[in-house]
Amino acid sequence: MNNDKLIIGGHEFESRFILGSGKYSLNLIEAAIKDAGAQIITLAVRRANTKEEENILKYIPQNVTLLPNTSGARDAKEAVRIARLARELGCGDFVKIEIMRDSKYLLPDNQETVKATEILANEGFVVMPYMYPDLNIARDLVNAGAASVMPLASPIGSNKGLSTKEFIQILIDEIDLPIIVDAGIGKPSQACEAMEMGAAAIMANTALATAGDLPLMASAFRQAIEAGRKAYLSGLGRVLVRGAEASDPLTDFLHD
Amino acid sequence: MENDFFIDSKKLSQAALERKHKLETDPSSRSNHMEYMPDMEKIHSDVRDNVMSHMNSYDYHQYTAEDVRAALEHDKCTIEDLKALLSPAAEPYLEQMAKRARIETGKHFGNNVYIFTPLYIANYCENYCVYCGFNCYNDIKRMKLKTEQIEQEMKIIAESGMEEILILTGESRSQSSVEYIGEACRLARKYFRMVGVEIYPVNTDEYKYLHECGVDYVTVFQETYDTVKYENLHLAGHKRIWPYRFEAQERALMGGMRGVGFSALLGLSDFRKDALASALHVYYLQRKYPYAEMSLSCPRLRPIINNDKINPLDVHEKQLCQILCAYRIFLPFVGITVSSRESAGFRNGIVKIAATKVSAGVSTGIGDHESKYSGKETDSLQGDEQFEIADSRSLGTMYKDIEDEGLQPVLNDYLYV
Repeated sequence: MNNDKLIIGGHEFESRFILGSGKYSLNLIEAAIKDAGAQIITLAVRRANTKEEENILKYIPQNVTLLPNTSGARDAKEAVRIARLARELGCGDFVKIEIMRDSKYLLPDNQETVKATEILANEGFVVMPYMYPDLNIARDLVNAGAASVMPLASPIGSNKGLSTKEFIQILIDEIDLPIIVDAGIGKPSQACEAMEMGAAAIMANTALATAGDLPLMASAFRQAIEAGRKAYLSGLGRVLVRGAEASDPLTDFLHD
Repeated sequence: MENDFFIDSKKLSQAALERKHKLETDPSSRSNHMEYMPDMEKIHSDVRDNVMSHMNSYDYHQYTAEDVRAALEHDKCTIEDLKALLSPAAEPYLEQMAKRARIETGKHFGNNVYIFTPLYIANYCENYCVYCGFNCYNDIKRMKLKTEQIEQEMKIIAESGMEEILILTGESRSQSSVEYIGEACRLARKYFRMVGVEIYPVNTDEYKYLHECGVDYVTVFQETYDTVKYENLHLAGHKRIWPYRFEAQERALMGGMRGVGFSALLGLSDFRKDALASALHVYYLQRKYPYAEMSLSCPRLRPIINNDKINPLDVHEKQLCQILCAYRIFLPFVGITVSSRESAGFRNGIVKIAATKVSAGVSTGIGDHESKYSGKETDSLQGDEQFEIADSRSLGTMYKDIEDEGLQPVLNDYLYV
């Protein structure tokens, strides 16, 4: 358990909680680092593109890895431009690709995401694409050079939990990159469930940002994620689909 | 009860007065407000028919308390639910609506409240819109800023810390050409992260040109969706053409703009119908342009120079709050802007429920930011205001007040790509 590290693009992390960027406040960043133990914090480049006195970068400690995202991009070309700008702003080499052609549900555009992943991975970025959970696209992302795959659990901000559970499970089973569940995780129990399934990490924002007691919710997430991870590593007990199982083996009559 | 809008300036010539009175009293002297002028682009769109058929058939007295309760229980707010929420039957449920609206706002915007300021660069106008301070028959000091004056204004505003600006003009193509506005926007890109315009509606190629000048957001107020009422209030000029105005947002999106803003001017007509049409205008256009960002404003009529009696009639703060809650519940993802037409108290309250953007450091006059921001007397000429504002808080005060409400003021969340 002590050696259980999250590895993304060759970088090691102890924490499996990543703070998303949608609802930003300084209290949220503080709680995410202190109480949820976050070592990676997402930062919308569009939000960081601001004057000195407003600059969020100032409020993020040095030992925390910044994960700039390309929110606001409507196609691969725009995402690539935003990622390059992030690098120029001094946000490092990590980038979370978010490409949305939908302002209502903010659902990601998978095809454009594959294109942007390929370009940015070739430029040396550690690319973490946000995507709608689709196995073929996930494989394309692996081939394009992604460092992780970030399927959505539910529409962003919805707090609805694992609506896409079956499809995320397929990604976990078939893709040899960390699968980080992003968007829609509304409570610690849902985060725990995703971790039990074998997700590598959880990204959340709204669930914390809209909580009554931010630090308390942040620590609840930390514990839930750790519990889920332990359960996964320990090998979960069988889940019985139909009724009880006879304790006497059915094949006991077989001899020699 | 109606507002009395007609004011005769003593400075008007006899001929001008006669023409004005004729426009006011003789409908046959006015042009067909539904007919495009020759230079106006026509586009094919079903949005208008969809919006108008709902508005025309909307009988808000049909809705009952039960409809309102059902609307509030539904996970997704349908058009029928919206109609119930805008009806008089919903008034006793204002607190429940506010609670629901607050949850929806939180889901999509968290605690963020965006701040912007408008910059009027000219107040010449060729229209006779009877309720507006800039109307061509109103006796006000007219002015159009020169390039260096625009830059000076922008510098002063930028120094205050503002990062988002909305450029406005009176509606006069001859005084404030698209090129003139475009140049102002190019300048604005030097000083601000986000540049929007609220100008007369233009054709798609002109929106494309403005986009190339750095504009990414176009706001056009329809004033009222009731075409007959519209005809009675917009007596002369390009603005009289109702359908061309209705299609402005769609042309702006076709021209490459990232986002568009909408509104009716509440108090001009039946506000429940206008609120329904405004929300549906957004709804149907969003279905057609799903990537576009959209926002709603909610201006109420204000007093103007030479007519301090103008008021929003039956749209009191309570009704305004009802409309904004209904907008938020029906369109959880749209920005809602509440301008300085409303009081500080109302704005402090509504940002906790539904609004996501407020203006600060506002002047609706021309070339007066230096005197207004620094309190210094200046010799330079200034143009008169479009309307009286009700909340004159500076950016600094607004920022602090938003923080004190436990919210997060945001000066920029935008990137021009």
